[in-house]
Amino acid sequence: MNPILLAADDEVDFMIHGIFSYDFFGQKVWITTTHVSTLIVLITLMIFMFVAGRAMKKGKEVPEGFQNVVELIVEKLDGMVESTMGSKGRNFRNYIGTIFIFIIFSNISGLLGLRPPTADYGTTLPLGLITFTLIFITKIRYQKVTGFLRGLCDPWPFWAPINIIGDVAVPISLSLRLFANILSGTVMMALIYGLLSRIAYVWPAALHVYFDLFSGAIQTYVFCMLTMTYIADAMGDS
Amino acid sequence: MEFNTNFILGCSAIGAGLAVIAGIGPGVGQGIAAGHAAAAVGRNPGAKGDITGTMLLGQAVAETTGLYGLLIAMILIFVKPLAK
Repeated sequence: MNPILLAADDEVDFMIHGIFSYDFFGQKVWITTTHVSTLIVLITLMIFMFVAGRAMKKGKEVPEGFQNVVELIVEKLDGMVESTMGSKGRNFRNYIGTIFIFIIFSNISGLLGLRPPTADYGTTLPLGLITFTLIFITKIRYQKVTGFLRGLCDPWPFWAPINIIGDVAVPISLSLRLFANILSGTVMMALIYGLLSRIAYVWPAALHVYFDLFSGAIQTYVFCMLTMTYIADAMGDS
Repeated sequence: MEFNTNFILGCSAIGAGLAVIAGIGPGVGQGIAAGHAAAAVGRNPGAKGDITGTMLLGQAVAETTGLYGLLIAMILIFVKPLAK
């Protein structure tokens, strides 16, 4: 390592670690801590899904117990989508709800000692690219190809390159925002636990509340909000 | 001209410090947004929930430029692209 960075460089650890590698058609592919964290998050979500499905299957007219919780989550997410996108956005409730639950579980997983999957650009870039694809498909579907081309040449035809750059910047800024926020939280916690390990008792909990819970929830909300705004914008006035 | 690796790493650290100065802009912007939100709540206390949501969304978007600076700093320090 390099000696000038941090005195306790080997104790500060927030990097992604490779666990084992294998050959994939001549390419060396690493299974990293991000994969493991993502798998744990997915298994947690699947267990939640099965329990929620069972609770809803024998659901009653007047909900009680766990059914209350599930209905509250679904109602809140649906309400958020409908209040932002209007009645046209009803088809996107599933997508927005899914990414909301996945991102918030990923961000909160830092509380459990995992390295959050969203602190890896390999997780957030696909999320941004899915949104980008959805925006593109929605634009073609609602405004047709003529409307898409007209939007591209908005003030004047020679403005098209700038519009294209603006479109391409959407997934990059979306994914970098989420990534950098969660990564900064991870780095801060790693610095505190690595450099102040002698006095790091109890009080880092307050920082966990800020960096993992508050920041994670806000960034999840922002990601879903911006996705909805862009898709609603792509639907146009029609 | 060849430079010593330690010299390059030192200059990278200075560059990382300069890159984090980008945090000034979002700080000022978020402060202005929070101030206006406080004024809006004072004028119309009924709309506190909506105002808070809008303020947080705007602040999170405004934060992005500062985070770009942070990313540049982290890449300079931890990935060390110039020292390779």
